[in-house]
Amino acid sequence: MTTPTMKREDVEVFQVSIKATPEAVWNAITDPEWNRRYGYQSPSEYELRPGGAFRTLASAEMRQHGGPEVIIDGEVIESDPPRKLVQTWRPLWDPESTAEGAKRLTWEIAEGQGGVCTLTVTHEVANAPKTRYMVTGKDPNAGGGWPAVLEDLKRLLETGQPAGTATGA
Amino acid sequence: MVTYARPVSDDDLVFRALADPTRRHLLDRLHARDGRTLTELESELEMTRFGVMKHLKVLEGAGLVVIRWQGREKLHYLNPMPIRLIHDRWIDKYTERRVSALAGLKAELEKHA
Repeated sequence: MTTPTMKREDVEVFQVSIKATPEAVWNAITDPEWNRRYGYQSPSEYELRPGGAFRTLASAEMRQHGGPEVIIDGEVIESDPPRKLVQTWRPLWDPESTAEGAKRLTWEIAEGQGGVCTLTVTHEVANAPKTRYMVTGKDPNAGGGWPAVLEDLKRLLETGQPAGTATGA
Repeated sequence: MVTYARPVSDDDLVFRALADPTRRHLLDRLHARDGRTLTELESELEMTRFGVMKHLKVLEGAGLVVIRWQGREKLHYLNPMPIRLIHDRWIDKYTERRVSALAGLKAELEKHA
């Protein structure tokens, strides 16, 4: 969460342009029928209201490796479809990053010209070095983090084909 | 008639933005510490504020830098996505070929060994 002591560099920002409508991008983020089709292939469920629950379930592959059933949890802070979603995000598959606590994650969709949207993902990662290491894709064992997920999301919406570049074991 | 005029693609904007040493230096500064203001970035360069501002605009236009407002402060953040996308759909294509060419050569040599 944002605290007065948070340093400006304790934020990771990822932005990608996607040739799709804002509604399509919104659904791809919030609807488990969509969000299970790219990135880590793990369905995310949202109760789209302030205080609503958020959770990401393990993919079939993750369950085979004996991971927990719910791999990420959190809470919806703000839901303004199809423009802005603010939530908290706490990884549960790794005790060290779970202990770092729930962090604020913001999804912003801006409509541009020529049917192209800009999706900006902002992850506030103050006092969460392990979480940060994983979500930025720097951890070679964490399957690529947000960069891999967003690249795959872009590919799915633009071509109908996800590449499945992010893998979580 | 051959014409090379075509819409400027996202990739073109990124390559053009990266073709300047000052802009690469600005990206390096943000890589070292993200979320800086214009004043902070300007203090490390022998360049006018206006000059630095112009370079940041080009980086922003290419998506390499994303602006985030914190109160009244305009902060500049590095966006890793454009370089990643170029790497994956453009550079990977060639490195992959080199790797598979080497693998092919190895197989060919072993066959005759």
